[in-house]
Amino acid sequence: MRIRIDHTTRYDYARAARSIIQVLRLTPRSCEGQQVRDWRIETDVDTRLRRSEDAFGNIVHTLYTERPTNILTIRVSGEVSTVDTGGVVRGQTEKLSELVYLRETPLTRADAALNAYAHAIGDGRTLDRLHALMAAIHRDVAFQVGATSAAHSAAEAFTQRRGVCQDHAQIFISCARRLGVPARYVSGHLSRLDGLYEQEAAHAWAEAYVEGLGWVGFDPANGISPTEHYVRVAIGLDALGASPIRGTSYGGGDEHLSVALHVRPVQQQRQQQHQTRAGGL
Amino acid sequence: MTSAFDEMTGDGSGGVRDSYRALASWLELAPPDLLQARSRQAELFFRRMGVTFAVYGDAESSERLIPFDVVPRIIDMEEWAHLERGLSQRVTAINAFLRDIYGPQECLRAGVVPAELILTNPQYRPEMQGHRPPGDVWCHIAGIDLVRTGEDGFYVLEDNVRTPSGVSYMLENREMMMRLFPDLFAEHRVRPVDGYIDSLLTSLQDTAPERAGDDPTIVVLTPGPFNSAYYEHSFLADKLGVELVEGGDLFVDDDTVFMRTTEGPKRVDVIYRRIDDDYLDPLTFRPDSTVGVPGLMAAYHAGRVTLANAVGTGVADDKAVYTYMPEIIRFFTGEDALLKNVPTWRCREPEALKTVLERLDELVVKEVSGSGGYGMLVGPAATKAEIADFRARLTANPNDFVAQPTLGLSTAPTLDGGELCSRHVDLRPFVLTGPAESRVTPGGLTRVALKPGSLVVNSSQGGGTKDTWVLDV
Repeated sequence: MRIRIDHTTRYDYARAARSIIQVLRLTPRSCEGQQVRDWRIETDVDTRLRRSEDAFGNIVHTLYTERPTNILTIRVSGEVSTVDTGGVVRGQTEKLSELVYLRETPLTRADAALNAYAHAIGDGRTLDRLHALMAAIHRDVAFQVGATSAAHSAAEAFTQRRGVCQDHAQIFISCARRLGVPARYVSGHLSRLDGLYEQEAAHAWAEAYVEGLGWVGFDPANGISPTEHYVRVAIGLDALGASPIRGTSYGGGDEHLSVALHVRPVQQQRQQQHQTRAGGL
Repeated sequence: MTSAFDEMTGDGSGGVRDSYRALASWLELAPPDLLQARSRQAELFFRRMGVTFAVYGDAESSERLIPFDVVPRIIDMEEWAHLERGLSQRVTAINAFLRDIYGPQECLRAGVVPAELILTNPQYRPEMQGHRPPGDVWCHIAGIDLVRTGEDGFYVLEDNVRTPSGVSYMLENREMMMRLFPDLFAEHRVRPVDGYIDSLLTSLQDTAPERAGDDPTIVVLTPGPFNSAYYEHSFLADKLGVELVEGGDLFVDDDTVFMRTTEGPKRVDVIYRRIDDDYLDPLTFRPDSTVGVPGLMAAYHAGRVTLANAVGTGVADDKAVYTYMPEIIRFFTGEDALLKNVPTWRCREPEALKTVLERLDELVVKEVSGSGGYGMLVGPAATKAEIADFRARLTANPNDFVAQPTLGLSTAPTLDGGELCSRHVDLRPFVLTGPAESRVTPGGLTRVALKPGSLVVNSSQGGGTKDTWVLDV
């Protein structure tokens, strides 16, 4: 399917910020399951964007403002064609050994409770265990906006058995690593089946490395593996590493963040017209 | 411990060793109160100069003097030649190892070091994978801790390749000794140590990004006055003739690092940073760091600034990786290690763990990621409760520990209450690396355990320092 994404992030500063620097991981890459078409990042004030690629393979833009700024709006828009790959990620250049994804981070460190929870998953093939783990988290950790913040660790969210997709993903990652399975965090978008195109926040899920199969996606917040409704944007060891935006301002004081996100399927008509025209030549 | 090798008298059978002959007769002829008087003088000078060292967790005072012992430790020419070759070989191998780990990882494929030990190590920085620092130098500044157990028994106890400290004491101790004992220097041909600063400046200049040209702007980056080694940071900046800056004095614009000055922003090319990786850039590492520079890693990845040492060098001085150093040296230099490792049990290996748990009361157990003598058990000196506590920690997380036999560290004559006594010493020589070669400053920092019988020389644990003389004859 074809998915159109319009993602606007707006920062309001208490005072004019002398300068702002941000690291953006907002640009998806193409791989077997997704083909990125005309993707763009725009800002409403003069900025310089330096594009690079990080060690995880993410496309990174470093943003620098050029003059004092009261309001900074970053608008990301584009279209991605997707196909269902059964959750398996292929055609993506892996720059790091999968062993790197066994690392614990402050946000994904397993405490005794998470460790016990992970080891309560029955024996079996790795893939089956991961599905069981996803189902368990989906069942045991309630989806509730506002119960956690972005700074909450997997262990903290697990203690209260509540959280949002970030928490579900980090709990999954934490447990998978404790089972000896490399796992990582994915930030991205979900084109919802219920027709709710206006979303409050981007989506997040996990990927785990299965010997012989490669990286496989698991979305414990929804209890399924990613389908053609999913668009991968960035990966990292945890939510912090894959954050869409990490930044700071000089002299801006308190900042207020607002997000407008619109994710919807695109009708396929245009493609057909295009084919017709091509046929006519 | 009574039979330890003594730097002055060897194993005790043959009288005074050649290198100490002149010093020994001088000590014999010196008036009884002279050493103590000079010792008090030294303390007064150091206090006036403000040479201090802050100790974490010390409620008494945030800053105190590191005790200075006026009796020098002497190394003869041949001993030094051996150490110098060994140190330079070791640091050359460490740089090659880091280049490989963050590059093709051939040593992991060849099984020289287990891949998992490196790739899951907290000190390995995945962010650096595929990065080539300017000049391809990773460890510009290394401090290698050596101990001696006999005439030919030099061992490497620890490598320090993150932000090793102590070099200011090496330099200050020499200045102090020359002031206090000019007559002794007249009787000995002691190799100078002050070339260290020029050599450091050369290493930093030669590894500047290409576009910096012939006269790169260098700064020393400190976490600030509350850091235990702040005195050293300001000392080094002063000697190098460069600015001492804190994170807030720097900013990044358009992938370039600038320093705020009264004449406006000035581009910075080389940062001798004395801040740990974790705190360098809140946009890449710990977001709560207030001592770093936001965007620094973007400038670094763009090749527009040099960080000395490079980010991620800590994976080479992890105490578990240390145990593989002989193999690492062989793999990267094609030679056997000239300096021996202390035999070490890797508690991650079940057999080793079993042995260690059986012999806790006689071994030294160290946390693999610890430093400065923190998180360490010295079996023979520990109480039953301490041993029980370590047993529990070891059993819970064996991967976090290594263990070594308690070494009979060599002793050196040391002044204690007006008397010359034997106290255990180690040695931290400093090795500087540029694009072409590694250079070792003759001598280093001798640390001395001031308590009788104690083997812990760390200044954070009450150790003192001595001037170290490498003789040129």
